[in-house]
Amino acid sequence: MIYLIVKDLAMLEDIKIKTLKKSQLSEDDKRVRVTVHMGTCGIASGAKDVFDTFKGLVRESKARDVKLDTTGCMGICSREPLVTVEVVNQEPIIYEYIDAGKAAEIFDTHIKDGTVVSKYAFARGRECDMEKRLKNNGRIEGQEVIDDSIDGIEEIPYFSRQKQIVMRNRGVIDPFKIDDYIARDGYRAAYRALREMDRGDIIKTVSESGLRGRGGAGFPTGLKWKFASKADSKDKYIICNADEGDPGAYMDRSVLESDPHSVIEGMIVAGKAIGATRGYIYCRAEYPLAVEVLNRAISQARRYGLLGKDIFGSGFDFDIEVYEGAGAFVCGEETALIRSIEGGRGNPRLKVPYPAEKGLFKEPTIIDNVETLANIAPIILNGSEWFASIGTEKSKGTKVFSITGDIVNVGCVEVPIGTSVRTVIEEMAMCPENGKNIKAVQLGGPSGGCLPLEYLDTPLDYEPLKELGTIMGSGGMIAIDEDKSAVDIARFFVKFCSDESCGKCLPCREGTRQMVNILDKICSGNGTKEDIDILEDLAHVVKETALCGLGKTASNPVLSTLKYFRDEYEQIVE
Amino acid sequence: MELSITLDSYNFSEEQIRELDKIIDSCTTRSKLIPILEEVQQLLGFIPVAVQEMISERTGIPENDIYGVVSFYSYFTMEPRARHRIQVCAGTACYVKGGKEIGEFIEKKFHIKPGESTEDGRFTYEQARCFGTCGLAPVMVVDGKVYGKVKIQDIDKILEQYK
Repeated sequence: MIYLIVKDLAMLEDIKIKTLKKSQLSEDDKRVRVTVHMGTCGIASGAKDVFDTFKGLVRESKARDVKLDTTGCMGICSREPLVTVEVVNQEPIIYEYIDAGKAAEIFDTHIKDGTVVSKYAFARGRECDMEKRLKNNGRIEGQEVIDDSIDGIEEIPYFSRQKQIVMRNRGVIDPFKIDDYIARDGYRAAYRALREMDRGDIIKTVSESGLRGRGGAGFPTGLKWKFASKADSKDKYIICNADEGDPGAYMDRSVLESDPHSVIEGMIVAGKAIGATRGYIYCRAEYPLAVEVLNRAISQARRYGLLGKDIFGSGFDFDIEVYEGAGAFVCGEETALIRSIEGGRGNPRLKVPYPAEKGLFKEPTIIDNVETLANIAPIILNGSEWFASIGTEKSKGTKVFSITGDIVNVGCVEVPIGTSVRTVIEEMAMCPENGKNIKAVQLGGPSGGCLPLEYLDTPLDYEPLKELGTIMGSGGMIAIDEDKSAVDIARFFVKFCSDESCGKCLPCREGTRQMVNILDKICSGNGTKEDIDILEDLAHVVKETALCGLGKTASNPVLSTLKYFRDEYEQIVE
Repeated sequence: MELSITLDSYNFSEEQIRELDKIIDSCTTRSKLIPILEEVQQLLGFIPVAVQEMISERTGIPENDIYGVVSFYSYFTMEPRARHRIQVCAGTACYVKGGKEIGEFIEKKFHIKPGESTEDGRFTYEQARCFGTCGLAPVMVVDGKVYGKVKIQDIDKILEQYK
C-alpha cells in the first residue's frame, strides 16, 4: 500500500471528505452500522465475544448491508459491553450489558426486522450529537425516532451534564484509524501551529486560554512551555506522562485507548512551541491496550508524514516513541520519570533545576499529562477565548474524572471545572447505590483526601478543594458509603504510599511505614488516644519534610480523615 | 540469595538463549536498559542474577545498576513464576468493592502470601496495582485475562480452567 504524505490543509480536507463519505449509511449500500465499544473495560466484560458474534451473524446471513465497526471506550464502564446500532435515517440506539445471546436477538429483531429491542436499550442518540440534541429538543434532523420509550441520551444526566473537549471523539472514532481522527478535524491544529503560528503565538494562545496542568498540580501550561522555550539548547524533549498510577483513576487510559491522536497532536504543537524534536510517551505497562493503540497511531502518523521530518512542509522535525513503565507509582513524579527513561531506578531528585531547564538527558524537558495534551488541539483551533469561557475564574476548561466506588454509574466523565461534587456524585453517578448513604468522597487518590458529605456542594476546582484539605488531583473520585471505615481507607492509602516509596528520603521511607504501623495498631483495636496524636504529628512531619510529591502528599488521607472523621478514630481506640 | 548460580544451572532452552543474545545485542544505550529487561522478563519469565551478570558483561552497564533497576520495578522478578499468574487488584475501587476478601480467599485456599507461588508450581499469586478497569470492580486477572465483578463463590470456577 502506498501512503501519501499529507502536506497541506487540502489533503486533510480530502481525507476527511472521503472518510465521511465512506462511513455514511445509505438505503442502497450499507444500511446499518453496528458499533461495538471496545475499551479495556468493554473487552473485559465480553465485548470481543459480542463483536465476534455480530461478525459471524453478518457473514452467515450474507448481510452485505451491515457495517461492523469498533471504537474505544464510551465512558460508562459499568454498563459494558455497549453496542450502538444505527439504521439509515433512524436514530441510533445504544444497547447495554450485551452478550452473545442478546447480540443475536438484536441482530434478528432490530437489524433485520427493524424493531428496537427496548428491553436491552440504554439510550437513544449519540453522545457526539449532544449539543444539537439539547438545542433541538432531542431531535436530530433526518433521524426518525423509532421508540421514544427509551431515554434520549440528552435526558440522562450522566451524559447531558458533561462537556466534551478532551473526550471529544470517544465512542465515535476507531482509535486504530487515523482517517477517523482526521475526519473529526484532526491534525488541523498541528497544521495551524506549524505553518501559521510562530513559537510565541502558540505559547501566547495556550497561556491566554488559562489551561492548567491536569496531572494534579495545576501549574499553568503556557508558563511551563515559556520556560522551556527560553532555555538555550539544541536538544529539547517533550514527555507525555501517561504513568497513571493512582489506584481508582483511569481517565488517561480512556483517552489513550479511544483517541490516541489527540495526544500525539498536542505533543507536536508542544514540540514546536518549545523547540523540541523528540517526544516520549511514558505509559504504564499495566495498560497493554493503550500501548498497542499508541504504537499503531504513531506508525500511522509517520506514514502520513505527520511525524518525522519536515511535517507539513514547515521544516519542523518531530518524532515520538512510547516508553513502557515497569511498575513504580513514584515514576509519575517528573524527576523520577526522567530517571526511569534514562534507564535508572525511579528515584526523584530535588526540583531545582526544574526539568524545563535541565530534564531528560540533562536537556530542557517539558512533561505534560495526557489530558493536558489532549486539550491543546481544540485550544489552537477554537482560540484561547473560547477555552477561557468555560470553567471558573481561576481555572479554565473541563476536567475528566473517573468516578468509582459505591455508585451506580461508574465511568469517566468530563465536566466544566467548577461543577459541584454533588452534581457528579448524586446526579451523574446516581449515588447512593443500594439505598445506602455515602459518607465521603475521596479525591486525588493516595495524594488526596476525603470530602465529607456536608461539603458536597464544593466546586471541583484546584483552590476550593485544597482549602478543604483534599486536592483535584489527576481525577480519581471514589464514593465511600456509610458502612466503610474512614480509618481503614486512610490505612489503605498510606499502605499504598509506603509500598511505593522509593526509599531515597527518610521522612517518606520511615514515616509512611510508621504511620502504617500505628494505623494497624488502631484498626486492630489496640490503639490509644495517644497513638492518634502521634499519628497526626508524624503525618505533619512527613508532609513538610519529604523530598518529592509522593511523600509530601502521603499524609493527606490521614490528615483529612482526622479532620473530618476523628470521632471514628476515637471510637475504635475507646 | 544464591549469587553463585550460573546460567547453565537454569534449564533455558537453546532457543531462549539465542533470543536472549539478540535482545542484549539490541541494548545500544543506557536508556534501552529497561525496555530490554522487559523483553528478558517476557522471554524467561524472570531475571536471575546470572542473566543480569551476562547483560552487564555485554553492555558495560555496571552489575549493581542492573540489579538496582530489577529490584526497583515491580514488573521484574528474580524468582521463576508458576505456570499461571493470578493478580488480584488492590486498587481503591476494588478494595472498596470487596477485593480484599478475594485476596484473603486465595491466600487461605492455597496457603500463600502475595508474591509467592503454590508448591505444585500451578499459581503465582500477586496483588496488583490498579488495572484501570474500576467499572468492573472487584477485578482479578489470570494470565492477562480480566475477570470483573468477581464474587467469592465464582473464584473456584474461574481457577479450575487453569491447570
